[in-house]
Amino acid sequence: MKSTFIIKYLIGMLLSLMFITTLTAQATDTIKIGIAGAHSGDLASYGQPTVKAAQLVIKNINAAGGVAGRKVELIIEDDACKPEMATNVATKLVSAKVDAVIGHICSGATKAALRTYKDAGIIVISPSATSPELTFSGQYPNFFRTIAPDSAQAKLVADFTLQTLKLSKIVIIHDKGDYGKGFAEYAKKFIEGSGKAQVVLYEGVTPGAVDYSAIVQKIKYAGADAVIYGGYHPEAASIVQQMRKKGMKTAFISDDGVKDQTFIKVASSYAEGVYASGPKDTTKNPLAIAAIAEHRKTYGAEPGAFYLNAYAATQALLHAMNKAKSTEHNAVAKALRTYQADTPLGKIRFNKDGDAIGAGFSMYQVQKGVYVEIK
Amino acid sequence: MNYFWDLFLGGITRGSIYALIALGYTMVYGILELINFAHGEIYMIGAFTALIAASLLTMQGLSGPAVLVLATVVAVLYAAAYGFTVEKIAYKPLRQAPRLSPLISAIGMSIFLQNYVMLAQTSDFLPFPNLLQNVELPAFLNTWIAPAEFMIILTAASLMLGLTLILKFTKMGKAMRAVAQDRTMAMLLGVNVNRIISRTFIVGSVLAAIGGVLIASHVGRINFYIGFGAGIKAFTAAVLGGIGSIPGAMLGGLVLGLTESFATGYISSDYENVFAFALLILILILKPEGILGRSSQQKV
Repeated sequence: MKSTFIIKYLIGMLLSLMFITTLTAQATDTIKIGIAGAHSGDLASYGQPTVKAAQLVIKNINAAGGVAGRKVELIIEDDACKPEMATNVATKLVSAKVDAVIGHICSGATKAALRTYKDAGIIVISPSATSPELTFSGQYPNFFRTIAPDSAQAKLVADFTLQTLKLSKIVIIHDKGDYGKGFAEYAKKFIEGSGKAQVVLYEGVTPGAVDYSAIVQKIKYAGADAVIYGGYHPEAASIVQQMRKKGMKTAFISDDGVKDQTFIKVASSYAEGVYASGPKDTTKNPLAIAAIAEHRKTYGAEPGAFYLNAYAATQALLHAMNKAKSTEHNAVAKALRTYQADTPLGKIRFNKDGDAIGAGFSMYQVQKGVYVEIK
Repeated sequence: MNYFWDLFLGGITRGSIYALIALGYTMVYGILELINFAHGEIYMIGAFTALIAASLLTMQGLSGPAVLVLATVVAVLYAAAYGFTVEKIAYKPLRQAPRLSPLISAIGMSIFLQNYVMLAQTSDFLPFPNLLQNVELPAFLNTWIAPAEFMIILTAASLMLGLTLILKFTKMGKAMRAVAQDRTMAMLLGVNVNRIISRTFIVGSVLAAIGGVLIASHVGRINFYIGFGAGIKAFTAAVLGGIGSIPGAMLGGLVLGLTESFATGYISSDYENVFAFALLILILILKPEGILGRSSQQKV
């Protein structure tokens, strides 16, 4: 009895070993790219489009024979935009031996994950993390992004408020997060530095609070003619609604965390007239038109936030791997900085900090329920 | 003075919502000595049901106060059913278990309900129709208070008055108080304890659902996660007022709402939560049983 048991055990072990060897054999053949970002939770609408963009790009590349003869494979991990989950995701992707990562989506999560990737020597390209220090600090030579940093965005918003709208009493509020606060701090610096306007109130609000009536009262009594908000759309939608319900016509100007169709859906008619900065309009770029048409064809819907940035990030990465003829991270990093890739965002390459040269922001306004670019 | 009044109203409005939810926590604690962590989720389910009902009713061509009332009724029925079921599934089988077990069960229930709504509905934020703005106020009130705030305060106040009367004068109220004082003794005197516990959960859920409808139409957006934040704040309010005490929960809610509103208005909204919880700690140091709580002897 006992011996049959041992034999069964041995057979089981051998079988499982065979299984493991087939898995590893398969793994060395493909280039593995991690896709990390919010695919569930509050901010899933930021992360999902990146997955779709990457899937479409690699489908085309693989159909055309892959990168330097190797097929590309995606490993998708969800960090829900939470830093503590992002570090787990990073560890998971590193142990899955990915060659590069597209992500993460939120700045806080990206920052938390970057150290792990840096230690493992993995290239990371984010389509959406805009916190300035990610590139400016020089701590992460393995980090690149296809979106301009917040400081560029804050500069644009400050100039727009002062020069185009000519407003002078300004309230700046933010959601205390890495992204919102970073944006708000730069906006404050640029506005105060101009000497043309006054920041009458600068405060953080609590995300997910039951309501925002107290801060809205405070804005009202501060007598401001513009509110600049740094943060994401859920809180912005509540604040705008409560302001408009109180009859306040104060201009509301925000960042690309608010330039999302969900904001307009939630704030409905109260969203009219809200300004937000967002990536430059690329609707005239034939590659962008093709990428969007492809999304429509495959998924039957319009693409969401950062779709083109993610599309460009994936293309730039694979282009660099192709040029470098390797997936070794120093060679790929060098190729990313040297060769221009033709993407839906235009022809881009990266500067020494890791920021894309040739991608930028413009201002948008909600007009009749859609964001319209202001020239 | 005007600024003060606006902040005061905002604080009372927010505080009455906290109080409505806190009542559910405190009633359940009074009877079962259980912190029902799934209570915030009942509030969220109430708001979601109202949203679905309101959209259906609007599609049928109804409008104005009719939608508000009917949507609230549907929300209340649904939330009551959920509250009742949660108790039967998650707490009743654990009635004799050590006290930690129903607590863990409550946390599990909370996570389950959140994810259930996320999967069954959506993880996105949804716009909530502005049901309260349609109410017209007499002119002399209009200068002082917005219709939405007026409706929230009025509804919350009448519900709390109603609850107090029910607890004081009806047979069910008497039975609830008896079970809270001594469950075994109440049972010996012929009170159907299980039925009373079920009813307590139903009453708490009704209040939470109404609170959910009110705040959602005031703020204008909901998602599956709103119950968590509101639940934590309402629980804080219940502890602040003295957990187990009905007037304590009402007072606690108002005190918490006002503290947050004034802290934001006069100091900084950066510290909204800091002040709320600093107040809690301060009161617990000075009066560990809460503002209106009675210090109870530990049962042996």
